[in-house]
Amino acid sequence: MKTDIILAGVGGQGILTIAACIGLAAVEKNLHLKQAEVHGMSQRGGDVQSHLRISDQEIFSDLIPKGHADIILSVEPMEALRYLPFLSKTGYVITNTVPFNNIPNYPDLDDLNKQIEALPNKIAINADKIAKDIGSSRSSNIVMLGAASSFLKIKIEDLENALHQMFDRKGEEIVNMNIKALHAGKDAAAELMK
Amino acid sequence: MQKLVLLGDEAIAQGAIDGGISGFYAYPGTPSTEVMEYAQRSKEAQQKGIKNTWSANEKTAMESALGMSYAGKRAMVQMKHVGLNVAADAFVNASITGVNGGLIVVSADDPSMHSSQNEQDSRFYGDFAMIPMLEPSNQQEAYDMAHVGFELSEKFNVPVLLRITTRLAHSRSGVKRMEQLEQLKGSLPKDPRQFVLLPAIARKNYKKLLNIQPALMEASENSKYNKYLDGNDKTIGIIACGIAYNYLMENFPNGCPYPIIKLSQYPIPKSYVERLYNDCDEILVLEDGYPIVEEKLRGFLNTGKTVNGRLNGKLPRDGELNPNLVAKSLGINIIEGNNSPEMVMGRPPSLCAGCGHRDMYNALNEAIKPYGEGRVFADIGCYTLGALAPFNAINSCVDMGASITMAIGAADAGLVPAVAVIGDSTFTHSGMTGLLDAVIRNSPITVIISDNSTTGMTGGQDSHALGRIPEICKGLGVDPEHIKIINPLKKYHEENTKIIADELAHHGVSVVIPQRECIQTAARRKRAARKN
Repeated sequence: MKTDIILAGVGGQGILTIAACIGLAAVEKNLHLKQAEVHGMSQRGGDVQSHLRISDQEIFSDLIPKGHADIILSVEPMEALRYLPFLSKTGYVITNTVPFNNIPNYPDLDDLNKQIEALPNKIAINADKIAKDIGSSRSSNIVMLGAASSFLKIKIEDLENALHQMFDRKGEEIVNMNIKALHAGKDAAAELMK
Repeated sequence: MQKLVLLGDEAIAQGAIDGGISGFYAYPGTPSTEVMEYAQRSKEAQQKGIKNTWSANEKTAMESALGMSYAGKRAMVQMKHVGLNVAADAFVNASITGVNGGLIVVSADDPSMHSSQNEQDSRFYGDFAMIPMLEPSNQQEAYDMAHVGFELSEKFNVPVLLRITTRLAHSRSGVKRMEQLEQLKGSLPKDPRQFVLLPAIARKNYKKLLNIQPALMEASENSKYNKYLDGNDKTIGIIACGIAYNYLMENFPNGCPYPIIKLSQYPIPKSYVERLYNDCDEILVLEDGYPIVEEKLRGFLNTGKTVNGRLNGKLPRDGELNPNLVAKSLGINIIEGNNSPEMVMGRPPSLCAGCGHRDMYNALNEAIKPYGEGRVFADIGCYTLGALAPFNAINSCVDMGASITMAIGAADAGLVPAVAVIGDSTFTHSGMTGLLDAVIRNSPITVIISDNSTTGMTGGQDSHALGRIPEICKGLGVDPEHIKIINPLKKYHEENTKIIADELAHHGVSVVIPQRECIQTAARRKRAARKN
């Protein structure tokens, strides 16, 4: 069993929180894990990505080879497309549809949506709206984690436990909010997979 | 034993804590920062009273670590690769003094320059100083090497260089801990003159360093971190240094058919290389950084067997390695995913919305307009992003502190007024001596010390300059009449522009200090306050 995930977004959008949650759940299950992050200069509003690898066998490279990723999990639509060279022919793009527009030459939204629509395997959801609807507008990253959860070969309960570990010190309300966001994302993805 | 999930940097810190360290010394610099940050967060480090305060720069850090070693305790100094340039004087001479307590120098290289101005390879420095070098291939080795590196240092009476690259520094994986050692009690060097590098003593010490070289080679030959992994297919013999080993093995999930030297301790173990060279038709060298091992193998005349690598185009001459590049060098075809569509635009980093540097640049750009372009010398930090649109405000970024001193030279050449833009932490790192130069020469320069009260670019570490800048400038001899503190906010734009314009017109040294806390640091501080 091996899952290679490219996490994508813009600095500050919370992809490292997603990575931490999956990572915790994987380690609890005694799986091997490697997770390469971006620190430093590009965090300032630039594109950021994390290579997350989980396996029951030894993992060598910290970087996922191009053409090997099982999932591109992106909290921003243009960023989802940036990493297509990493995606395997059977891999899935799971992305938020809400753009983060901090550059003057951001592509036309219709064109962008068409590109995403044209991908053979994709799940595109409005995570910001889903998060807002459940009253937790800051949890859109966890909504995206939920959307990807059925692809992870990690049980949803294990992700819930990881959220507990991460957020318990912030209080029960925050934990419950995140668990709610996790399930809302999972349900939204299931709806699209029907 | 407990298994932790750690960044390569964090693994080094934990390894050092468990290896009996008494002091960490460092100046922040990507990708090395997280070693000290981990040491500062670690409850164990606190309980054990391990020193973990940032230093003013890499040189002061290196010297403090050497002082702790002198006093018979184990110390580690961490820096990014270009930081080793700053520390080089102390570093190279520490190989001549030797050590008392074990001393590990961690240098984190940044091939592909993710967050740096060059991709120099610290292994050159290790070679130059003639000391043992360790280059871990994964997080576990990073931990282990920090743990046992002290012993290696003490055994041979020299510092040990622990070299990592960005990818390992900033990648997480599971790490098993080793035995937790007590700190050393402290003791003076047996030879009271060991650290006194008068020429007569230095000559004697240098001979000692030369004389231990065969022993260092023997240590490499017997190191558990160096492995000769034989293979049946002798058409290629591969030398894989540090993390490059992982990129190689990624391509051979069922085992590599070629003989491999997994190289993680230097000097390069000669008998391994002899065997590989004699057994195989060609050699392939995989190293993340400069082609150092490759160059040695080829020799100047390159008359032996074919050595493939970065120098003959089998691999790119620059940039970091990855599994795909290594596959290509071995003729393995990886099917890559589709190209990303043309509509995907670059998203360069930019100054945060609400950042004080923005208001500083807006005021500076307006004030300097009458004098024409090309006269603003900047420095290393978030404000270097002032080079990009919409500001296009700066004309140089070279090394820590170079803003002030380059402005001096440019003014000497007739570019008057010349302006230096430097951050608070960079100023106390390497700007103060330059400002003293300017005062002595009465250079017609305006120095803008953009004070966000933190070390911003690396994530908000404490700044030595906090609350001290005006006093430092006065102490260095800047006329108090020409030290101006401004508040970089939009509502003070006109006032600030006028103050800068007035100082530009002053024919002597002026210092303008735009002072407003980094919004990221301020937000973090508020969050922390709410929690308490």
